[in-house]
Amino acid sequence: MHALIAASSGATFPVLTALVVTPILGAVVLLLMPASRPEHFKQVAFLISAVVGAMSAWVMFEFETGAAASFQFVDRADWIEGLGISWALGIDGISLWLVVLTGALFPLAIVAINAEHTPKAYFSWILVLEAGCMGVFLALDLFAFFVFFEIVLVPMYFLIAQWGHGDRAYAATKFFLYTMFGSAFMLVGILATAFLTAAETGNALTFDLVEIAESQALATTTARWIFLSFALAFAVKVPLFPVHTWLPDAHTNAPTAGSVILAGVMLKLGTYGFLRFGIYLFPEAAVYFAPLMLTLGTIGILYGAIAATMQRDLKRLVAYSSVAHLGFIIIGTFALNTEGIEGGILQMVNHGVSTGALFLLVGMLYERRHTRQISELGGLQKPAPIFAAVFMVVMLSSIGLPGLNGFVGEFLTLIGAFAAHRWWAVVAASGVVIAALYLLWAYQRVFHGPAEGENATMKDLTLSEGLVMLPFLAAIVFMGVYPKPVLERMEPAVDALIAHVEANVDGFHEAEADELHPIELDDLEHLESDDADHGEGE
Amino acid sequence: MLAQIETLPVNTPDVDWAGLLPLAILGVGAVVLVMFRSVVKRLPADIETQVVTLVGPITVLGMWVAGGYAGENVPLASVRDDVGEPAFYIGLLVVMGVAALLVRTMQIGLDAAVTAGVGLSAISAVWALWDDRFTSTGPFNAIGDQFGVDGFSLVITGVIASAVVLVAFLLDDYLRREELDGPEMYVLMLLSAAGGVVMAGANDLIVLFLGLETLSIAVYVMAAMHVRRSESQEAGLKYFVLGAFSSAFLLYGIAMVYGATGSTNLIDIRIFLDSVVLVDDGLLMAGFALLLVGLGFKVAAAPFHSWTPDVYQGAPTPVVAFMASAVKAAGFAALVRVFVVTFGGYSSDWQPAVYALALLTLVVGSVLAVVQRDAKRMLAYSSISHAGFILVGVQASSPEGTASVVFYAVAYTFLVIGSFGVLTVVSGRGDRATSLDDLDGLAARRPALALAFTIFLLAQAGVPLTTGFVAKFEVIGAAVEARSYWLAIAAMVTAVVSAFLYLRIVLSMYMGTAAENPADDGSRIHPAAALAIGVALVITLGFGIVPGPIDELARDAVPHLVAAG
Repeated sequence: MHALIAASSGATFPVLTALVVTPILGAVVLLLMPASRPEHFKQVAFLISAVVGAMSAWVMFEFETGAAASFQFVDRADWIEGLGISWALGIDGISLWLVVLTGALFPLAIVAINAEHTPKAYFSWILVLEAGCMGVFLALDLFAFFVFFEIVLVPMYFLIAQWGHGDRAYAATKFFLYTMFGSAFMLVGILATAFLTAAETGNALTFDLVEIAESQALATTTARWIFLSFALAFAVKVPLFPVHTWLPDAHTNAPTAGSVILAGVMLKLGTYGFLRFGIYLFPEAAVYFAPLMLTLGTIGILYGAIAATMQRDLKRLVAYSSVAHLGFIIIGTFALNTEGIEGGILQMVNHGVSTGALFLLVGMLYERRHTRQISELGGLQKPAPIFAAVFMVVMLSSIGLPGLNGFVGEFLTLIGAFAAHRWWAVVAASGVVIAALYLLWAYQRVFHGPAEGENATMKDLTLSEGLVMLPFLAAIVFMGVYPKPVLERMEPAVDALIAHVEANVDGFHEAEADELHPIELDDLEHLESDDADHGEGE
Repeated sequence: MLAQIETLPVNTPDVDWAGLLPLAILGVGAVVLVMFRSVVKRLPADIETQVVTLVGPITVLGMWVAGGYAGENVPLASVRDDVGEPAFYIGLLVVMGVAALLVRTMQIGLDAAVTAGVGLSAISAVWALWDDRFTSTGPFNAIGDQFGVDGFSLVITGVIASAVVLVAFLLDDYLRREELDGPEMYVLMLLSAAGGVVMAGANDLIVLFLGLETLSIAVYVMAAMHVRRSESQEAGLKYFVLGAFSSAFLLYGIAMVYGATGSTNLIDIRIFLDSVVLVDDGLLMAGFALLLVGLGFKVAAAPFHSWTPDVYQGAPTPVVAFMASAVKAAGFAALVRVFVVTFGGYSSDWQPAVYALALLTLVVGSVLAVVQRDAKRMLAYSSISHAGFILVGVQASSPEGTASVVFYAVAYTFLVIGSFGVLTVVSGRGDRATSLDDLDGLAARRPALALAFTIFLLAQAGVPLTTGFVAKFEVIGAAVEARSYWLAIAAMVTAVVSAFLYLRIVLSMYMGTAAENPADDGSRIHPAAALAIGVALVITLGFGIVPGPIDELARDAVPHLVAAG
């Protein structure tokens, strides 16, 4: 473990701690600012989040691509000594892109949308949320991870409850309680992991992720139970079928910035948790439960897609499409091979970009027309051609059109899943088709046809709105055409994770996609020789 | 024959006065206050202001003297050695001046000021005892082997004294607002606190009973103190009748344990149980059961909780803050001392009972709270569910478990005083405006107060970066270490149910549209009450972010039975 940490880069400035602390300081600054000049709150909030974004970009450029799969920029300090809890932050190829995504998405969400009322509290909560999200992606200590994982509930709760629409109190409470319910099991799981590991190894109590994961001291059955307790928390957060029902309510009623951040960053807390804390800590259990997770992911893909098709509310449609997209991430992750996991991580970033952009566009639409009912919209292409064009590109990225970012991620997850668990991938692939159906159908109903009434006079994208959308479009096209810089940075960490699984699970070998043959001659030969040589393979 | 009589030793116990100092300060403080007030009923307003201002510097002196008497190496003494005597005494004078100014700006009454001064002196004595006597020589007995001074009893004493100080600040404005002013409440509170301190250190079941009765009887009266509210009278009577009933259980339990072991002294009982195998332990088991009932009542564990909602709702709000903090802490201290320490060898016998009690308490406290409409009643149920959490720590019957109980007691004391402190302010004249409708729109009317209440409520729900979360973390950790996984999971799930209730209060504060409330005249919060809430808030957040110091304190606060040597 110490060798792993020691390999970190020699940066002296604790940049990761700064990533977490800067937004919190910003929130405090906002709280201390006089309420008499409300126009400044947004500027200050944007400035702070932009600084955080710049720092995350700096981390991205300084990140050593070719380095061994270790955590870089590690910050470490004792937090609660008596319990072996430390403030440990680090970044590797798996978390790097999620940190960059968080750093980029928050300033955009802040600058794009004005607070409807009480901007001071609104922007303070958003900054606290940013700190929490950063903390989850950076934490290398189980306690610290749980603290951040839970603390993000509070700002999001207030964002939905105070600045949301419709039945916001219900949606906010449901969101809070659902997630807290999942975390309740994870807290017991975290404590059991730490205490039982300490008891098995005879070492002092520690909550250090790397130390616990490398020791692998837990008995198989115990690890499986604890994995389930983690999985429940992550499944609620992702959200996986059947614990997804908070998501449509939260998304529909949240303010636009809340939806953007919820979809763009917060849903990834769960999928990231599966990678970093599920598979890494409990490789055997992850392999054991992979069929279950794949099944739930596949159900999520189909269910989310079908439910999205049925929606009358545009925002709810995008929310259900998230359930489907997150299903792809899950099947990629639990394919447990390089393609699948890389595709899953890439798809996390893609989903953050494209669904975040979709929620922004729906928010802009709502600002103009004060409705999100698809039936009340129509023919918007004529009065707002640029808006329609941007919407089209983002939507096609969400569908997974080759050449745009969504395709690369979806394709990799499906290849990975196909190599490991063929039939799940076959069923899941049909989700791609349904995605095209519901998104194109929605696009057709909203933007095509004759524009009547208020639809005919809708304002097109303004310059500032266009400038906000520009980074999204650039990311969509860049990652679709040239994903190599993204993939090569995550590859060492992903390979190390898979090697970790292979080393700790007897009889598990990565199902590599490049070993697949077009017609699977291997299998045919195997079938033929099966009668003759019965006890050959495992 | 005659010679034989002469050689009989005179059985007077050794008294270690320094070890008794915190208790003595609280008890003597109560007596002095009531005597002074029975002579001087009412001072002219301007003279009273001058006298109150004097209380500040006198408190500083009191803390200095108390600390100096209790132990030699108090931090202040080392400062004196470092800076030299003249500079130190000038500094002391400056501090006294600052204290006078502070008391003046707090606009506090004489009784409250004296009570707070007594509480602070007691805290200073506890600190000195901890820093000097306890760390250097370890735990010791103060009166023969009847009263133990160890880390555990010192921390609980500190908690009770802190509760006295903060509740005195809350009471000051409250009593004036309700036109109830007078020294009685403060005297009773100091007496009750003295009883709590006795309970925390009792090394004998009879001494424990004495402490419990002193604590309880004072609190019965305090609950009934609001003479113009019938609910308050009802609360007092209900608490008294049920409390007396439970005291009888406790006493009966003590008798049973005496019958089984031949002693009421915890040290002797422990030695007896360690050295003798009871062939027929039915009497002892019955004693366990009755003791558990008696103490379970005090800490409001289900199924002995039924008084709690009515009493909490009816009693004056600052009194509820005291009941939920100091009384509960003393009750749990006794529970740990008797069961975990004394009957530790029999833990396999009583653990299942505490397990069931904890589970039931958690479920009752969280589920029944959901249907309430009154914030005070909600917090009453929530205090039941917190008692369930602490019982989870008791059930572990391990050093880890005891440390978690201490941590929880410290954290919850400040949380609950803060919460009821906010309710004291918003309940308005007549102490009635505590329903959810009354809290409606509080965030618009009093944003700072609403934010403070939100933080207290989220901390009670166990949201990270508050002491409430770390307390839950420690308790669940102790349960997991003791392999009580299902109890741990049940506790966390009931915490989610409780969270619903806290969110309801938060929602009504922030979502409400009522711009005005007839009960809330929008006047400035009294500085003393604001200080109490502020201190609770700083501790809740500060030690929530940096829990290390309290964690270490809790780990050092080990209860000990010191055999008389």
